[in-house]
Amino acid sequence: MMEAIRPFLVPHRIILFLIFVGIVIWAAVSLRWDWLPEYALLALEALWRTIWLLAASVVLGFLLAIPLGIAQAIGPWYLAWPAKVFCTIIRGTPLLLQIWLLYYGLGSLFPTIDGIRETWMWPYLRQAWPYAVLALTLSFAGYEGEIMRGAFSGVARGQLEAARSFGMPPFTMFRRIWLPQAIRNVLPTLGGETILQLKATPLVATITVVEIFAVSSRVRQDTFIVYEPLLLLALVYMMIAGVIAFAFRKFEQRIPSRVSRN
Amino acid sequence: MTAPHAKSSAPVDDSTPAGSLRVEDLHKSFGELEVLKGVSLSANRGDVIAIIGGSGSGKSTLLRCINFLETPSSGRIIIGGEEVEMKADGSPANRRQLERIRTKLAMVFQSFNLWTHRTLLENVIEVPVHVLKVPKDKAIERARQLLERVGLANREDTYPAFMSGGQQQRAAIARALAVDPSVMLFDEPTSALDPELVGEVLNVMRDLAAEGRTMLVVTHEMNFAREVATHVVYLYEGRIEEQGPPAEVFGNPKSERLRQFLKTIN
Repeated sequence: MMEAIRPFLVPHRIILFLIFVGIVIWAAVSLRWDWLPEYALLALEALWRTIWLLAASVVLGFLLAIPLGIAQAIGPWYLAWPAKVFCTIIRGTPLLLQIWLLYYGLGSLFPTIDGIRETWMWPYLRQAWPYAVLALTLSFAGYEGEIMRGAFSGVARGQLEAARSFGMPPFTMFRRIWLPQAIRNVLPTLGGETILQLKATPLVATITVVEIFAVSSRVRQDTFIVYEPLLLLALVYMMIAGVIAFAFRKFEQRIPSRVSRN
Repeated sequence: MTAPHAKSSAPVDDSTPAGSLRVEDLHKSFGELEVLKGVSLSANRGDVIAIIGGSGSGKSTLLRCINFLETPSSGRIIIGGEEVEMKADGSPANRRQLERIRTKLAMVFQSFNLWTHRTLLENVIEVPVHVLKVPKDKAIERARQLLERVGLANREDTYPAFMSGGQQQRAAIARALAVDPSVMLFDEPTSALDPELVGEVLNVMRDLAAEGRTMLVVTHEMNFAREVATHVVYLYEGRIEEQGPPAEVFGNPKSERLRQFLKTIN
């Protein structure tokens, strides 16, 4: 226990910590928090929605990024080219624009299709969150597709040659050697990208998806309290970002150094 | 395993046992540059062929053409009596056949090429388990024997990055042995090693030669070639300039170029 906290028992850290405690006490005492109980349940639901949006779009987006990356790295032109165009468009336009194009553009086209209201798809198509997931997923895929291209190209030729020389079929080689090494190459980047994605999620509040950012706006509109919800919001985002960073660091530590001595 | 394939209309010696290798009139060009200009050689089971020559003589390319890591331009490659099916441009015509033949041709690389994201043991069982479909517990048992044999019994959970070059190369040899190859290809296996680590790798290779493995060794280690090889091939600018038993090639070289080469290397 003492061993664990010893690194923190140095003057500058103690002072910083005291300042932090002071701010927290000041915030607790002199700011208004009486609105909290009323909105707590909504905030928790919304927090869950934020986390869920993030997780879904990161997982789906990354799954999409793998073919986008491999197509650009070694695909024939008719695969490499569309993948390149997709990544360029996604990375070259604002996410807010993409969200609005999907929700107000694509979303308004569906109701004009005859008979669509009777299909199983309609309950989804008339809600906002599927468009939010789609837009966030495509955005993440666009950025990670470009990163995976580099990661696939960055795997040493000899690693793949060794696999081929032992008669490993192409798909086995991809699954056992190439993909794991490419993912290992991007892990340090991926943590940061996931945090960036977290900070992109508030944009979906603009298409009526009530995630945690939308709740702070609601509080402001209802009560005219501006700063307190925003401060709490900042804290929430920092905590999620901290958890993501921590998880990725743990994950990276489980994988040995990629620096080879030879 | 060695099912006869449909297209071998050419007369291939049926009596050739597993473990033999024949290369006939192999050519390889990189664009305008012709690196191999018609190389033929053959090895019977248990032969150790040392391929020597200066840099740019085509010796590594020859080895890499045999398992099609480089696509030959023309020629024939016959392994264990089975000819690798080739298209007119030299590229492999039958991917499955090539993969099957490759599992019998284990290669040891100059830069080891152990899979860096897997431990030693995982490296050794990778091909048996995921290509040859050997049950995992059997593969692990065999891998442990092989690692012990190359002197790495206590390092099975180590990642390649944490081992010396000599250890990595011995591990790569264990990985090659794990597929029970009929022919082993060594591409300058000691060239990337610090001088004091060369011996440990050569000792393992001596051991393999003694147990009667067919080996093709591209090497700069003339002492190894002299002592271990049954046959020495000297390549010069993509052609076999001279070949024969090591005593003759090293003791009484006929070609002036070989004499020059041996003088510069000593």
